[in-house]
This record gives sequence, C-alpha cells and structure tokens, in this order.
Amino acid sequence: MSAEKAISMAQINGSLSEKPEKKDEEWTEIISPRTHLFDLPLRQLWNYRDLMWLFVRRDFVAQYKQTVLGPLWHLIQPIFTTIVFLLVFGKIANIPTDGIEPRMLFYMSGITVWNYFSGCLTSTSTVFLTNAAIFGKVYFPRLVLPLSIIISNIVRFGIQFLLLLALMIWFNFQGYPMKISFHWLYIPLIIALMAGIGLGLGIIISALTTRYRDLAVLLTFVIQLAMYATPVAYPLSYLRGKPYRWLIEINPLTSLVECFRYALFGKGTFDMQSLGYSVIFMVVVLFIGVLLFNKVEKTFMDTV
Amino acid sequence: MSEVVIRVEDVSKQYRLGDIGTGSISHDINRWWHRILGKEDPYLKIGEENDRTKKGDSQYVWALRDINFEVKQGEVLGIIGKNGAGKSTLLKILSRTTTPTVGNIKLKGRIASLLEVGTGFHPELSGRDNIFLNGAILGMKKIEIKRKFDEIVEFAGVERYIDTPVKRYSSGMYIRLAFGVAAHLEPEILIVDEVLAVGDAEFQKKCLGKMKDVSDKDGRTVLFVSHNMIAVKSLCSKAMYMRNGSVIEMGETTQVINNYLSNQQDKSLLKFFNDPGEAPGNEKARLRKIEVCPQLNDPADPITVKTPLTIEIEFWNFEDGKLINLTMFFNTFSGESIFANGTPAVNLSAGLHKASCYIPADLLNDEVYSITLMIVGDTSYSICTFDNILSFEVGEERIASGWHGKWPGFVRPKLDFKILS
Repeated sequence: MSAEKAISMAQINGSLSEKPEKKDEEWTEIISPRTHLFDLPLRQLWNYRDLMWLFVRRDFVAQYKQTVLGPLWHLIQPIFTTIVFLLVFGKIANIPTDGIEPRMLFYMSGITVWNYFSGCLTSTSTVFLTNAAIFGKVYFPRLVLPLSIIISNIVRFGIQFLLLLALMIWFNFQGYPMKISFHWLYIPLIIALMAGIGLGLGIIISALTTRYRDLAVLLTFVIQLAMYATPVAYPLSYLRGKPYRWLIEINPLTSLVECFRYALFGKGTFDMQSLGYSVIFMVVVLFIGVLLFNKVEKTFMDTV
Repeated sequence: MSEVVIRVEDVSKQYRLGDIGTGSISHDINRWWHRILGKEDPYLKIGEENDRTKKGDSQYVWALRDINFEVKQGEVLGIIGKNGAGKSTLLKILSRTTTPTVGNIKLKGRIASLLEVGTGFHPELSGRDNIFLNGAILGMKKIEIKRKFDEIVEFAGVERYIDTPVKRYSSGMYIRLAFGVAAHLEPEILIVDEVLAVGDAEFQKKCLGKMKDVSDKDGRTVLFVSHNMIAVKSLCSKAMYMRNGSVIEMGETTQVINNYLSNQQDKSLLKFFNDPGEAPGNEKARLRKIEVCPQLNDPADPITVKTPLTIEIEFWNFEDGKLINLTMFFNTFSGESIFANGTPAVNLSAGLHKASCYIPADLLNDEVYSITLMIVGDTSYSICTFDNILSFEVGEERIASGWHGKWPGFVRPKLDFKILS
C-alpha cells in the first residue's frame, strides 16, 4: 500500500481516536476492506520476484518428474499435431498454405503460437481454484502466480520455437531457403500481445470462476473451438470473398497468428490496422482483468 | 518496547451461509445496484450474531463483530474461546488471506504465522527446492534463504534426504522441514494457531521454545491461539477471550482464563425439569434433575482434574414396586465410551427418588465428558434412556508443570506408581 494512502487513512482515523498523526504514519501495512480498483501492487510484485521464478521452476521440474522423456514431451506434442494437420487439412481437405513451403512449417508455426496462447489462457483461468490451498494460508501478491504461469509458457514456447527454427534451418539446406528480415523483430511483440490477451482473459475468467464455476467448464471446449476461428490450420487469404470472413477477422488472435507467419516466412496477410486492433483488445482486456482481479483477490477465499 | 504494533479498529467480518448458486447472483446484483445508487450494502445490516448452536433466520452471520484491540511490541497475546468464537477468522484477517467486511487493521512489520507450516510444499520437489519455494511463499528473499539454508536443514535434521523428493519423507521429517522454514522466517509479528494439536511432544516443545525465544530474546510480538490453558498461562503476558465473534475480555492472563473457564461451565452443569409433564422420559419413568456438583473452595473456580464431583440425579418412578437400577455411561464429547457404572437394583415405590454418584479427584482427565443415563427395569431392559443428557468439562490442573501438551487418555487415575530404589 502506498505511503500517501496510509497517511490519508491515518488522518481519517486520527480525528476519531485522537492519536497523534505522526505516530500513525509509521504503520507498514494497513488491512482494510477495499482497495482502489486500479491499485497495481507493482512494488510488491518486484519484492516477490524470487517467488515468481521459483514457481516457474516448480512448474518445470514437477511436470515431468517420473517421466522417461521428460522435457522432450514439449516437442513431441507439436510434432504429432503438425503431422495430423498435414494429413487432415493438407492432404484430405487440401487447403492451401499461402504458398509457404514446405507445408509442414506452415502448420507447425501456427500450432506453436496457438499452443502458447491457449496455454497462457487455460492455466491462468484456473489459477484461483488450483492454488486455493496456498492462497488460503499465506498472503503474497496474488498476481505473482498468473505472471509466473505466463513466464512458464514463454519458456515452453521458446523450446517449441527452437524446434521450429531447427526445422527451418534443415529445410534451408533442402532447397527451401529461409528469409531472415527485420520482420523477425515483430515476433517478441506478438509474444507479448498474446501473453497480454491470454493473461487478461485468463484472470477475468479466474476472477469469475471463484464464484461461478460454470466458466471453467465452458472454457475447456471454447478454447478448442477458438482454434478453428483462428487461422491456424488455414491461411486468412483462403477466406477471401467468403461472407463469414468477418467472423474470423474480429478474432484478435487472427492478426497475431498471421503476423507471426508473415514475420517468419514473409507470406500471409499482414497489416498494421488489424495489429492495432489486437493491441487495443489487449489493453481493454488487461484493464478489465486487473480490475476484476483486484476486486476478487481479497475475498475469494470466502467464496471459492 | 511499548510501541503499538497491531491496532485493530472496528473490525467485522460477515459470512454468507449455505451454498453459492442462483440466490447469490440476485444478491450480487442487488448489492451492486445499491452501490451504484450510493447506498449502503443492504446485506450488511441483516447479519446475526454467530452462535452456531442456535438456528438463525438470516443467511448472513457475523463471524466477527466490532473487534477493537491493540497489541504492543514484545507482547505475547493468548487468544482463547470456544470453537467458532472467531479466533481463526481474526487470524486469517491478520495474515491477510481474507479481508474484513468493515474496519481496518494497522500493522508494523512483517507478519507470519505458524499455521501455514508447509504451505506450497510440492511433493515432487526435493527438500532443497521446497525450502526455497516455501521460504519465498512466506515472504523471504532468495539470498535470505540461502543464508539460513544450512541452519534450516540442521534444525530439521534431514541432511541425508535434502535432494530426495519430499513425498518420500516420513511425516515427521516433512513437518520438521516445514517448521524449520517457518521458524527461520524471523517476522516481527508471529501468529501461532494450535500448533500444539499436531506433532509429538518433542515437536511441541520445539514450537513453544521457539515462541519463548522469539518474544523474550528478540522482543517480537506473538499472537497465540490455543485451547490449552496451561500453555496460554505459561507463555502469554496478556489474554483475550472471544465469544460469538466479539471480544468479551482482554487483560491479565490468569484473570481472563478463569473468567473464560467459569463462563463456559455454568450453563451445562444442571438439567432440571420441575413439571413431570415436560420432563424427558415416558409413562413409566421420568427424569427430574441431573446435576454435576463439584466440591470447590470457591464456586467460581472451574472444575479441574483435582476436583471431586458428585452427580446428583432425581427421577420419578410411576410403577409401584418395580425393580429398578440406574446406569450411567461416560462418553467423550466426540462419542467414545469411556466407562459405565450402575447402581444396585432396588424395588421402588411410585414417586420421586434420588440417586448420587461420587467421582473422586484424579480419575477424569482434562476432557469434555458427556453423560448418558439409563433407567433399567428388572436388571434387563431399558425403561428409558437419556442420551447425552448432560456434559461438563474437566480442566487441566492449575499448576504449571514442564509438560504443556494434552495429557493422553480419557481417564487419568492416580495409581500407586513409584520408583522403589
């Protein structure tokens, strides 16, 4: 809590209890029913940065304990999904890939970013429920956990992205030259935007699920369906002239996936307008998310 | 030393009873609507005092109501009261896992509690990883933990297992490691909630020793919640007695404990039914009175294991010349049977009869006992049975000894047990 707040609090109470105000300024912490809705405990978060990293570490170490392949599972999942997509969408449905060759890279790039986004969203959306045991006993800034989840997912994304890069380099020597351009600089931006949208939506859902569990159930299949509303298995250009194209375009992730491919391969639909739309969407969602989170974090132990 | 480090101002906490479902959505909307109109939350007015034995009309209860107190630095404050008095809710608010509905709490310094021993331990991680994770959850910096790491490991005595996942630990090792982390946290304010209920004697001693250290040597403040009056008495400089979400009394420890204990017992020592029409029983026999009469020098004193008791019974027999005897069953509050005792059978005339049973000192343990009385006909069948008709609590002896734990067993007879040479 900020020092200004503590003082203003002391002034209010000072008149009641007739205690000298000077003394009250020394309180290090004041627990009150409500904080300001947009109070972001940034300094507290910074104090707890060690905890954030330890949570990331826990996620990685604990996830693959007692497995033979360990972290290799991070790679197996996108490889198999790519193969299935290659068969179903590439061979059977014969949907074009915006001229990205070989097709395998088209699918894998889409799957990699999509996995990253859905990972951010699904795990932040249950953060209150899965960590109720910890939250119920100790206080630390609650935002530490969703943020650590985002970091975990970025690391996971990094591993899968390296796989994608390795394949691109391999294909480079097979006659499919890589194009390295300044567009690659967009990739961190896209990752940040996806993290923002995932985090924002995730904490909105997690804040609401503390009271109404329905949303958690809803999310598990909506996230699967949402993948088909995003150009993961098909390029946006394939929808040119189709009447339902707007449905895909209002999806803020559409431009991000397309932009990701455009950065990597120099092909695809990419324009600043739709990217701007995604940025605005992220800002709004994060804003609402933080607002709800602040409201819920204090009392959720009574309702969860 | 006399600086105030905790100030609790008009703190109240309201809980909603029952399930959260469609009802809560309409309440949420109503509450939200009132807030938009700038009115007070409509559900804040309707809460009831939190007495779980009575059936209330309202869906909302006040777990805490208008709590005000201050704690000075270096004080060890014992918080006592029945289950459901609001002790744990208060501690939860102090440790910031939930917020008060109304009121403020002001604190100076880091607050940590021993009730969260082992929080966030991940079974798959090694002891080493868990020390760091748990320490960080409790608010320590990585460097701080590194500095104390060896000390913690030594305290817990788990050097050999430090790189083994904690799921392979024995429960004793697990709790020692967890406590080790918490004990090295060095908060300015320490909250201890019923740690004495878990762990073995050695562990209890360690906890209490640590608490004494923390307050005597380092001048830190301790809040101690316990049902163990001996421990409260020997450790705490001040005590606070809570009932139904309110502070009844706060002051010098012995005084508060005595008031608490005598307050608890008064109401349950007698069951009396003057009118045979309303008395429990049936057309053959009815109970008029059952009373526990302690032999105390001062009637305000509580019953302890050193108090001889007489249980007095009065009942009506309606069958002239019936062969009757009484059997009394002593159960623990949770229902285990401890012993039973019967009178010899006598042929009784119709009318009011009395019986009494003397229980010497040094037989019962510090427990809550519940009496079931049976009126037996022809030494073979129950005419009527009065299940858990009366319950009373026997307290711990009033002389502090080295042992602070609960004396084991349901009875505590003094036997002729001595060292011969």
